[in-house]
Amino acid sequence: MSAVKKLTTPLTPKAVRDLRKGDAVEITGTIVTGRDALHKLWIKGWPEYPDLTLRGSVLYHCGPVVRKEKDGWSMLAAGPTTSIREEPYEASVIAHYGFAGIIGKGGMGPKTLAALKEYGAVYLHAIGGAAQVLARKIVRVQGVRHLEEIGVPEAMWILEVKDFPCLVTMDSHGESLHEEVKKSSRAIFDELIGKKKAGAA
Amino acid sequence: MAKPKRPTPKPARKAPPSKKQKPAARQAVKQPPRPKKAPKAAAKQAAKKTAPKRPADPFGEKALTQVFTELLRRAATSIPPDVLVALEKAREREEPGSVARDTFDVLIENTRLAKQDSRPICQDTGMPFFEVAIPRGISIGAIERAAVEATRQATKTGFLRPNSVDTLTNKNPGDGAGRGMPIVHVHEGKGKGLSVQLILKGGGSENVGTQSALPNVDLGADRDIDGVKKVVLEAIFNAQGKGCAPGVIGFCFGGDRANGYNEAKKQLFRKLDDTNPDPTIAAMEAELLEKGNLLGIGPMGYGGKTTLLGVKGSYLARLPACYFVSVTYMCWATRRAAVEVLPSGKTVYSQ
Repeated sequence: MSAVKKLTTPLTPKAVRDLRKGDAVEITGTIVTGRDALHKLWIKGWPEYPDLTLRGSVLYHCGPVVRKEKDGWSMLAAGPTTSIREEPYEASVIAHYGFAGIIGKGGMGPKTLAALKEYGAVYLHAIGGAAQVLARKIVRVQGVRHLEEIGVPEAMWILEVKDFPCLVTMDSHGESLHEEVKKSSRAIFDELIGKKKAGAA
Repeated sequence: MAKPKRPTPKPARKAPPSKKQKPAARQAVKQPPRPKKAPKAAAKQAAKKTAPKRPADPFGEKALTQVFTELLRRAATSIPPDVLVALEKAREREEPGSVARDTFDVLIENTRLAKQDSRPICQDTGMPFFEVAIPRGISIGAIERAAVEATRQATKTGFLRPNSVDTLTNKNPGDGAGRGMPIVHVHEGKGKGLSVQLILKGGGSENVGTQSALPNVDLGADRDIDGVKKVVLEAIFNAQGKGCAPGVIGFCFGGDRANGYNEAKKQLFRKLDDTNPDPTIAAMEAELLEKGNLLGIGPMGYGGKTTLLGVKGSYLARLPACYFVSVTYMCWATRRAAVEVLPSGKTVYSQ
């Protein structure tokens, strides 16, 4: 792996365009979580968050385990959730709120890949199931939105992170590691099962 | 698979999902079951069995709630030793300096941190699935209630995420319990003790499970062992990295749709290094493990030599017209734990 690139939110358009598939990055600054219920809520009415800077910020597909403390919240576990479920919505979300990065796992599809190119954003893969390693990169919970409506795992948590590690798997130039792996594994799969149709002797 | 159990309509009853989750959960838990006949019935049962020796009933709701809560904590925070060994071996197979190897380093470090601090390995603490073997004459109701109450307690203490959503209202009651959640299956075992197997299965991996009917023309899969293997391999291919690879595959061929899935899921209770006593199935498991890894999907789908940590299979009888192949995918963080509760009240935990 090449040297780790350090990124600070909000990301500049140039910083985003400089990122390429396969780059290891570490993010510092404010990010927000959002997953299934929040995406649904967003596209239904595009709520505004005048006190947050979402443009250039990073959206994290994550449903954390949190504990209420006397003076706020602590993140007990906070790894990524599977991103593909947001495929129908993410392009609109990027267009509307101007996120420059999407952190998740498993990759996303062609619609999001096109949006990354059009609006200048990247998909950042975090390691699924690494909830302890990643929770330690969250230095503070700045706040939470929509908690009553959609509950702890789905709420919009506003997090301050330091050196949060990710791998660029989809860049703003139309490249996707997920497409690449799918293609190569498809060729092997076809070979392994053979081409014979059911019913053929 | 998940039948609505008696205690589960409760969350629905406390209809106005009050603003704070914790107190609501508590109320719902403590009030309804206690005043009912549960403790009395359980006590009577126990009294009949081994009354003279035991100070408190080790198979009663109260004792089992404690045991199940501890079992949930262990499963959520501590990776089974055989899974850790598999991860370490997988790490060694990858090239030094590769993304795949670095990823295994993080996975292994993550399991160490989780155990050290007794915190969830993964934030998706999954759907608890209890498979309980009981001695004759024990109250099944007490076990079911204990599993629900233990899930609530483990959720309250942060070992589990509030992971149950009421699908009708889309509300999360915040206490981890709901209709059919947790899953509790009880059957009569042979021993005098009560033994429990538990898995916590996350949503990402559950989503990539499949069920198909043979024959499958596209794959050239007939109604035979070869056809089954093709369908399972296709499920592994389609999952790519989305189920948090490298995964463990449970599969079952035959059965009806519901039992087929359940049997596939029960394979996840098995240790990765066991050997299937049926040589035909053992050969299928070995071949699928090898071929699955040849796909090169790798950890997280980044590409790499290890796509699977294990493949475990089984089969059930089928109707002449049916030939289902059910495949379930467990993420690398295979959360599994077991406990044996002896009549003396002694508990033996294992993973």
